[in-house]
Amino acid sequence: MPLTRRGFLAGALALPALSTVAACAGTVVQPGDLSRLRMMVPASPGGGWDTTARTLQRVIQQTGIARNVQVFNVEGAGGTIGIGQLAREDDDALLMMMGLVMVGAIDTNDSTTRLDDVTPIAQLIAETELIVVPADSPYDTLEDFVAGWAADPRGTPIAGGSAGGTDQILAGLLAQAAGIDPIEVNYIAYSGGGESLAALLGSQVAAGISGTADYGPQVQSGDLKGIAVSTAERSNQVPDVPTIIESGFDVEVTNWRGLMARPGMSDGARDDLIALVTDAHDTDEWAEALDANGWLDTFQTGDEYGEFLAEEETRVRQVLTEIGLIQG
Amino acid sequence: MAISDLLGGFADAITPVNLLFALLGVLLGTAVGVLPGIGPAMTVALLLPATYVLEPTSALIMFAGIYYGGMYGGSTTSILLNTPGESASIMTALEGNKMAKAGRGSAALATAAIGSFVAGTIATLLLALVAPTLVEVAINVTTADYFALAVLAFVAVASVLGSSPLRGLAALCLGLYLGLVGTDVLSGQERFTLGIPQLSDGIDVVVVAVALFAVGEALYVASRLRKGSVQVIDHKGSWMTREDLRRSWKPWLRGTAFGFPFGVMPAGGAEIPTFLSYATEKKLTKHPEEFGHGAIEGVAGPEAANNASAAGVLVPLLTLGIPTSATAAIILAAFQGYGIQPGPTLLTTEGPLVWALIASLFIGNAMLLVLNLPLVGLWVKLLRIPRPYLYAGILTFASLGSFAVNADPLDLVILLALGLLGFAMRRFGWPVAPAVIGLILGPIAETNLRRALAISDGDLSVLVDSWFSRVVLGLALLALVGPVVLRAVRGRRPTPAEVQREQEEDREVQRAAGTGDWGASS
Repeated sequence: MPLTRRGFLAGALALPALSTVAACAGTVVQPGDLSRLRMMVPASPGGGWDTTARTLQRVIQQTGIARNVQVFNVEGAGGTIGIGQLAREDDDALLMMMGLVMVGAIDTNDSTTRLDDVTPIAQLIAETELIVVPADSPYDTLEDFVAGWAADPRGTPIAGGSAGGTDQILAGLLAQAAGIDPIEVNYIAYSGGGESLAALLGSQVAAGISGTADYGPQVQSGDLKGIAVSTAERSNQVPDVPTIIESGFDVEVTNWRGLMARPGMSDGARDDLIALVTDAHDTDEWAEALDANGWLDTFQTGDEYGEFLAEEETRVRQVLTEIGLIQG
Repeated sequence: MAISDLLGGFADAITPVNLLFALLGVLLGTAVGVLPGIGPAMTVALLLPATYVLEPTSALIMFAGIYYGGMYGGSTTSILLNTPGESASIMTALEGNKMAKAGRGSAALATAAIGSFVAGTIATLLLALVAPTLVEVAINVTTADYFALAVLAFVAVASVLGSSPLRGLAALCLGLYLGLVGTDVLSGQERFTLGIPQLSDGIDVVVVAVALFAVGEALYVASRLRKGSVQVIDHKGSWMTREDLRRSWKPWLRGTAFGFPFGVMPAGGAEIPTFLSYATEKKLTKHPEEFGHGAIEGVAGPEAANNASAAGVLVPLLTLGIPTSATAAIILAAFQGYGIQPGPTLLTTEGPLVWALIASLFIGNAMLLVLNLPLVGLWVKLLRIPRPYLYAGILTFASLGSFAVNADPLDLVILLALGLLGFAMRRFGWPVAPAVIGLILGPIAETNLRRALAISDGDLSVLVDSWFSRVVLGLALLALVGPVVLRAVRGRRPTPAEVQREQEEDREVQRAAGTGDWGASS
């Protein structure tokens, strides 16, 4: 029967794709054996977490720190489905990529698994947020823009990524600092940097907030005006754009990303994972990747990272409450 | 200049090794397109590590093959098994599966393959020649304009309502409701998720389509197996006849004309052009009686539209660095893997690579045709499998696809629950196509309407602010009231032939439901 064989052929071709996905069902790994590592990306392929995880995968494999690293995606609900799965895992050789967005998503989605339910391993990188206005905008600086914004917050639509994410958090924090009621912020959520970019290039919105990777090239080419970056220091991707602090507002936000592991692991297993990630961080390949992607090196591990997470949780919850995304 | 650049691209792309990667790409793409749930985006993401060892041209040529192959593969299962692999091939299932059941599966597959090739080639040519000009226009399409396009597409739903408008509209509303489930894009609040986290991103269109079309049908067939003999599908002719070709070429071109601009628009998508193409073909056809029973135009048009939009998506990607589909985003990530910064200057700084990519799209497209046409004869034999085995296979296949996305058993529960709904709809003569269309269009219309109103701070006039939305809304109004007004003016009664056809359709609905032929008869 050539026909069924044909069907099997199609199946066999899809198999590599499937097997990787299915592999999250469990790999047998000896305790302490980190030569085979799995990395969960709790979001769809192609996004920021996915890119960071796959970059780390490449560095770990190229430098031989681990022989085999598998990256798989568990999509949904701002990453809270992924963290829920991580909480049920008993595999020590599993890392989950996460970041600032997850902090907000845990509150807005009312997730039963919270950050302190899993084990913090390391913060890896941070991305700078960039505030832009269309090329034909009357505003050239953040101060000018905020003055116009404060006069008519509802009539000043600001585009950015998904509701409750880093971009909206920054909009809320900036509004607070500028004396604008965060609930008045007319934030227009787009599903990604690409869609909001189109709205900005078409001058449909007054301003936009996203990572430097999304808007940077347009600022460099003059299609958009960059008015501020969110980090304490200027970004080497858009060196002419001043920081928010330089412009007179006390706001600093970085879109950081880090790694978590399963709950209840032994100190030894946790230290092994931290050592592995530290080794990867210390390679030249990682330094090159940071440079190529315009990422800031915000490396910190273990308890230090855990404390950082707790501070971020408080800050994010407060601003999301003021925006009105979470109730009291 | 563009032509010589393109020839240079071909020179880079055509080497034995690259051709092999193109073949691998289209094979993989076709395979994942066939499997509902695993799309080209996921496949390219899994293959990203290949970029560390491959030449940029080889990797991109493979990804381009996967991208076009995925668009193509979805149509095969749509036609033969009524199981759309991708949301853009849902419209193909309507007429395509009816054709397959009437024994004309190979003609449907052939028109899909050739139509995809024609549309893909024309659209890729447009991509190479007019991309920079076109994108300037596309970037100015506002959210209000997208809302207007969604309204126009809603009017097109009338063509799939079936013989009972009331049931059709009820099915549409069901789809609109399912579209509400999930997190509201603008406010971030959850709606109708019943506290189940897996529902917070909404219900996947492909899962709904597979459940309503395939699982529903499998259950329905199973429920009828004991009653009477099961008709064996009688397979006529191997390929397209001259008549088929004559009826297909115009829909191919019109489908391309719908698909490409939608692909270029940053939030256009591949679904709306397939709806519009289907509705247009139904209006223009000389064989309106065949629609709902397997009209070849209804396969040729939407298939061309979805492939043309796939090429259109690359326009904003390559000229502005804006990825507007998941696959485009990952191809962009592949560019980044080679240290290439995507953006408005991509075409000038990385010209040779971009042209090699465009050339490889032509190659992949041609390869898909060469690969698929000879397989048509084999694929249709699938229908000779005894029904119990065939439908058991479809169920396995549908479940595997749904489960594979997140490896979450809840996805299977959703699939089966919706499958039971699909069975009930079929049993009681509710058409399923409007439900799926409602699910796709509802969120597009809602998000864009609310975004437009938020940007204007509640001022309704924003909806008719641009010429674009005025023209599109005008067309929608015309399509909606035009036939009614015409009928009223003429005071014309249906001809005996039409009455007879309506009755036949009613019987058809009671027997098997599916899609009928209401709305285009005037």
